Amino acid sequence: MTQPAVNTSPKTWDEVKTTTCYMCACRCGIRVHLKDGRVTYIDGNPDHPVNKGVICGKGAAGIMQHYSPARLSKPLLRVGERGAGEFKEIEWDEALGLATEWLAKVRAEDPKKLAFFTGRDQSQGLTGWWATQFGTPNYAAHGGFCSVNMAAAGLYTFGGAFWEFGEPDWKHTKYFLLFGVAEDHGSNPIKKGLGQLKARGAKIVSINPIRTGYSAIADEWIGIRPGTDGLFVGALIHELLTAQKIDGDYVLRYTNSPWLIIENPGHADDGLFARTPQGSALVWDSHSNSPMPALSPDAAPKLMGRFKLPDGRRVVTAFTLIAERFLDAEWAPEKVSGRCGVPVETIKRIAAELARTAFEEEIALDVPWTDHLGRYHEKMVGRPVSMHAMRGISAHANGFQTCRTIHLLQILLGTIDVPGGFRYKAPFPKPAPPGVKPAGKPGQVKPNTPLPGPPLGFVTAPEDLLVDGQGTPQRLDKAFSWDAPLAAHGMMHMVITNAAKKDPYGIDVLFMYMANMSWNSAMNVPDTIRYLTQKEPDGSYTIPKIIYSDAYASEMVHYADLILPDTTYLERWDCISLLDRPISEADGPADSIRQPVVEPERDVRPFQTVLLDLGTRLGLPGMTRTDGSPRYPGGYPDYIVNHERAPGIGPLAGFRGPNGRAQGRGTPNPEQLKHYIDNGCHWFYELPEHMKYYRHVNWAYLDWATFFGFIGKPEPVIHQLYCEPLQKFRLSAQGHGKVVAPEQHRQRIASHFDPIPFWYPPFEGEMVSEEEFPMHAVTQRPMAMYHAWGSQNAWLRQILSRNWLYMAREMAAKLKVADGDWVTVTSHHGEIKAQAKLMDGVNPETVWTWNAIGKRSGTWGLDPGSDESKKGFLLNHLISELLPEREGGYRYSNSDPVTGQAAWYDLRVRVARAADQEQVSEPQFATINPLARAE
Amino acid sequence: MHPAYSVILFTTASGAGYGLLALLCLVGISHGEASSLVFGLTSMVIALGLITIGLLSSTFHLGHPERAWRALSQWRSSWLSREGVLAVVTYVPALLFGVVWSGLYPAPDLIKPLAVVTGVLALLTVMSTGKIYATLKTIRAWHNPWTIWVYLTFALATGATILAAVTSVFGNFPAFLVWFSSAWLLVALIVKLGYWRSIDAAPRDLTMGDATGLGRLGQVGQWELPHSAPNYVQKEMGYAVARKHAAKLRRLVIAALVLAILLMLAALAVPHAALLSMALALFASVVQRWLFFAEAQHVVTLFYGAKAA
Amino acid sequence: MTSLPPPSAKKLGLVIDLDTCVGCQACATSCKEWNTQGYSAPLTDFNAYGSDPSGVWLNRVHGYEVKEQGQEQSRIVHFPRSCLHCEEPACVTVCPTGASYKRAEDGIVLVNPETCIGCKLCSWACPYGAREYDQSHGVMKKCTLCVDRIYNDNLEEEDRLPACVKACPTSARHFGDLGDPDSKVSQLVAERGGYDLLPEMGYKPVNKYLPPRARRDATTSRAEALPKPDGSAFDRLFQWADKVLSPKKAVARANEIDHSGRLEG
Repeated sequence: MTQPAVNTSPKTWDEVKTTTCYMCACRCGIRVHLKDGRVTYIDGNPDHPVNKGVICGKGAAGIMQHYSPARLSKPLLRVGERGAGEFKEIEWDEALGLATEWLAKVRAEDPKKLAFFTGRDQSQGLTGWWATQFGTPNYAAHGGFCSVNMAAAGLYTFGGAFWEFGEPDWKHTKYFLLFGVAEDHGSNPIKKGLGQLKARGAKIVSINPIRTGYSAIADEWIGIRPGTDGLFVGALIHELLTAQKIDGDYVLRYTNSPWLIIENPGHADDGLFARTPQGSALVWDSHSNSPMPALSPDAAPKLMGRFKLPDGRRVVTAFTLIAERFLDAEWAPEKVSGRCGVPVETIKRIAAELARTAFEEEIALDVPWTDHLGRYHEKMVGRPVSMHAMRGISAHANGFQTCRTIHLLQILLGTIDVPGGFRYKAPFPKPAPPGVKPAGKPGQVKPNTPLPGPPLGFVTAPEDLLVDGQGTPQRLDKAFSWDAPLAAHGMMHMVITNAAKKDPYGIDVLFMYMANMSWNSAMNVPDTIRYLTQKEPDGSYTIPKIIYSDAYASEMVHYADLILPDTTYLERWDCISLLDRPISEADGPADSIRQPVVEPERDVRPFQTVLLDLGTRLGLPGMTRTDGSPRYPGGYPDYIVNHERAPGIGPLAGFRGPNGRAQGRGTPNPEQLKHYIDNGCHWFYELPEHMKYYRHVNWAYLDWATFFGFIGKPEPVIHQLYCEPLQKFRLSAQGHGKVVAPEQHRQRIASHFDPIPFWYPPFEGEMVSEEEFPMHAVTQRPMAMYHAWGSQNAWLRQILSRNWLYMAREMAAKLKVADGDWVTVTSHHGEIKAQAKLMDGVNPETVWTWNAIGKRSGTWGLDPGSDESKKGFLLNHLISELLPEREGGYRYSNSDPVTGQAAWYDLRVRVARAADQEQVSEPQFATINPLARAE
Repeated sequence: MHPAYSVILFTTASGAGYGLLALLCLVGISHGEASSLVFGLTSMVIALGLITIGLLSSTFHLGHPERAWRALSQWRSSWLSREGVLAVVTYVPALLFGVVWSGLYPAPDLIKPLAVVTGVLALLTVMSTGKIYATLKTIRAWHNPWTIWVYLTFALATGATILAAVTSVFGNFPAFLVWFSSAWLLVALIVKLGYWRSIDAAPRDLTMGDATGLGRLGQVGQWELPHSAPNYVQKEMGYAVARKHAAKLRRLVIAALVLAILLMLAALAVPHAALLSMALALFASVVQRWLFFAEAQHVVTLFYGAKAA
Repeated sequence: MTSLPPPSAKKLGLVIDLDTCVGCQACATSCKEWNTQGYSAPLTDFNAYGSDPSGVWLNRVHGYEVKEQGQEQSRIVHFPRSCLHCEEPACVTVCPTGASYKRAEDGIVLVNPETCIGCKLCSWACPYGAREYDQSHGVMKKCTLCVDRIYNDNLEEEDRLPACVKACPTSARHFGDLGDPDSKVSQLVAERGGYDLLPEMGYKPVNKYLPPRARRDATTSRAEALPKPDGSAFDRLFQWADKVLSPKKAVARANEIDHSGRLEG
């Protein structure tokens, strides 16, 4: 018998090029296989620090993204009414000429009348700098509706955060708490990590209303009620403090727990740290029984107690206040259990398991190191408990404080940057918070003048706010105003609403990149569409000009006046920079590039090069030489190599200096990109063993990080369990300080800017009737999709071409909803119709769906009758960007009061079987005249 | 299972053709040369025509009909291949038999041996068609001892009614043929009832838990299908006729067969009633064959949401 | 060659860990992209940008709800399903043309797209739904275990894995020789109680599934709680802080207002 000969060594490619994936925000290294110039296969780059050879469902479908029929192919100018989808193709010269004309006028008159917002932008280093050079404070990316609570809470607490700021020590951790949905960010690194935990038998606990994805493989699932995680974590802290199961040494040495706080109620210094005249905080030294500067090597600080300073002021240690708060019976498991939907015994058991793992299964690596006070440590001692949280915690109006509560738990267990705990990723740790302040105060925005600093930063006191004397916000989105003082990522979700309402002012040009703001990235889609097309009495649009850049015919494209078509991710240069959103590993810093692996056959240009071109045309200082010629004639790759943010520090840290031998700091190297390509399009520097942990207080590391420019000075990052900047806002709300909170904001500031983490119910739930809207509604992103991009992909949409509303069987039975019934979902703001699917693994008071699958008919190159638009739906229609009116008629944004994070997981709804069982989701929007179509 | 019309047409037409051919061989053995050249040629053309139409129709079901010849190669293991080989091989003695038996080329001595060879091959061909289905362990309703008998009896019953009908047209219509074909119709009905009884009684004792092996943990239900639109496996193997609808169709088959028997008996008085009987018998054959597919549940459906198979 | 070759010593196959699979679809799309340009190429899509988009996939990921004894709520188990490369595959023996065959050297079950007539009988014979008919090419397609990768001289040694295995971010998929009891995959199967799908069919699948492990939650873990000492938790904490963290407390407490940490009055 013979069997056919099979060619087991076919070469289905003639070339392999490395680059960086863009199918989500993970930024894994990929190898693109090409045959006759066409992409044939994409797999993970085994040498890449992020994914080490693996690839996800999205990444492997990149071919279909690249060859998508939804790709735009030429600059377009609107000719019909806005939103009608009538455009004419124009040449790039005309397009850039028009954009320059519009933008130059704004810059000459009032630069803040340009609102420049980018969405899933991976070049914020450039776009933010461009906005600064232009002179507008109205710049941000999408962090304000994504994850700013997570980022800000961490940065203000310990100079790091989850995801790209740090990760669990997958190699050593033995107990992992995963809060909320995590499938959509850091996807491959977390999946790889979970695989490692599974292989080692570490315990995974998922605290999540929904038991899918990562939660499905967790050893324990805690189906918590949305928005109550802070209570649950607080109860764990209560249990640990009650049993004295905390890492006292760690807390005493590396946090501000022993720092002395002035207790002087009603006065301007109440709640602030007692400081030396030089500004150093004080601790109470138990040897001398007197105050001493906090960082003096000789001090033996008291962790608890109340003392009287020599000047008579009464002080208390921060830890005393923390203990007083969390030992209160309010936080007892018995007290929080009902509200969280977590049994008392479970809370107690988890606390006991945490304590057992942290303190009885301690890890000690034989690696000597020296701390910030010069104390030598024989070993690196670790508490093998780690945690991760993202959107599920972040997208609630109490997310900032909840995230701080989680960090408090980690720190009390002594598990930040220790073996088995949470580990920073370079350039973190940074000072808590980082020292950059937002620019854009009154007087800082001037015609034809750059801003004196970046538009985004970290406010530490009311004086830093971007408000005028009356407290009026200076930014269009009201970030860094009394509405959202610590809005470190801006508030993109408010831009269109505020521009249309001219609150605080109207704008002339809205310039956006890669942000589907008329659809799945908008809260309140129907009104957003109305705002985009709203006209003034004279017939002109309220938002006069909209410039938009995207690679695909998204919903937003149709509402633009001028469309600048971008390339796909395989046709461009990019840098994944340590100055922007880093891809470092816990073991050391890393950055990477994208290189064009194929040439576009369409008349499209990479947005970043277009932006630099516009910068030159506008004569922006950083982009133009004195003779008016372009500073970066080679476009974005030229900028990547030659731009310097500080002497020797540029977008890429690797292969700098002559011959490319310098790392971190070095003169621009004209061969830098070639070095990157030769190295698989990435650079990674592995830290020596003694710098891999305790980096916030690791002398050697802090020195090294200063050289690399990650931190300004080699100073320790002391964890701010007590967050003094918040207290400064509270004082201003009491009428103290140089800048005093306006009357109408005082109560809100006073109650939410607690310097010690606490919990309050999410606003939407408090403002609507529990009876009328008894259920929570949240979304998750399917692991195989990333926003609207994924659901237009020919392969990925086969996996899910429409979504369902998932609900618990027991709740469905109560509501008389059968599997497959169409139901109405009603919020205080709107109503949708969707098809129900019943399941077990969901908190009974919660309904959920996959997000960003619903599409507007006629968009994304899909058939107008496709499932995405006929059966798919968005919860966005139900979410208001504004909270119901408060006393005085003012409507705050539906956001966290501290950071302005969009609170879209606070949504409350009621669900009922729909009278109309027709197999169509509601609302249905008019079909858009397609800009691109499949053949 | 998806009831593909090409396969239904193929199996019923070729079945009737082989049934008729086998019976003609019987006639040849018992009566020698055909009663007339026209009758002999007509009945042989009908038999071989039905077989040929059936075989051609079966190739419509193929993705590559031009490669159909390859199907003759694997007779060692595959019943489908054996069926193909037998079908092709049968043509040779069948054509010779037709030529000799009809009197086109008189050779009376050869009739018997050719009839025996042709008849046996015809029945073996039908049997191997049945075997294709009966050997599939994945489909409980087919992996059943009755399956082959259903194929054989329906082939012979429909063949017999065709023989009766053709004979009635040619005027020389022996009563024996009425009794003979009525008997075959009755046998087919009884066998079919036996088959239904058997598949209804067979326990559907495989569950989603067995298929996935997750039954070892507890009760298994479907959460999400791999893809939102149905795929080939779901369309081909997931076809299921509603129980109520199936019961109706079963009654239709029974009624058609009973009526066919009655009409055949009526042919004692009015010979042309045999034509109607034949039409009904063929109709019943097609409907029962459609049901044979539509009622058959494939074990793979357990992965796609079926609770038991 | 639909008659089966003598059993091979080498039995290449997959071991899929249902305790670790999160259902991310990486294996499914990686399989699709390799094989749409590999041995079975292409894997056609139908209505790719319209309603009910579908296509040929050689690996699909199901999701099941499993309700365990003593548990109130089901757990979701993600379940990737592809060809199991059975030792006695009926899909091969029923094939009338010999297009389906089991390789003598490693046991991989393949379809020769040059000789397949597209009769679909093999898909009827397979209990696992592993074979998909590509109507645009008129032939049957199935998992090849990436026969064009695992021996591919043009690939680096570390890449000579099935595309699904190489892609899997959680390492829930393992590839190896299940005919060798000492291989890593065989040992994994032995340790974790790897099982066959539908053994009653008698096809002896080579691929094995590792069952989800028992949960470690309220239903299975011992009830554990931290001690709750009598008296004021605050005072106790204070004493602990004093004793454990400031052992040299002989010093006078002249300026300390309140030993217990509370401000009096």
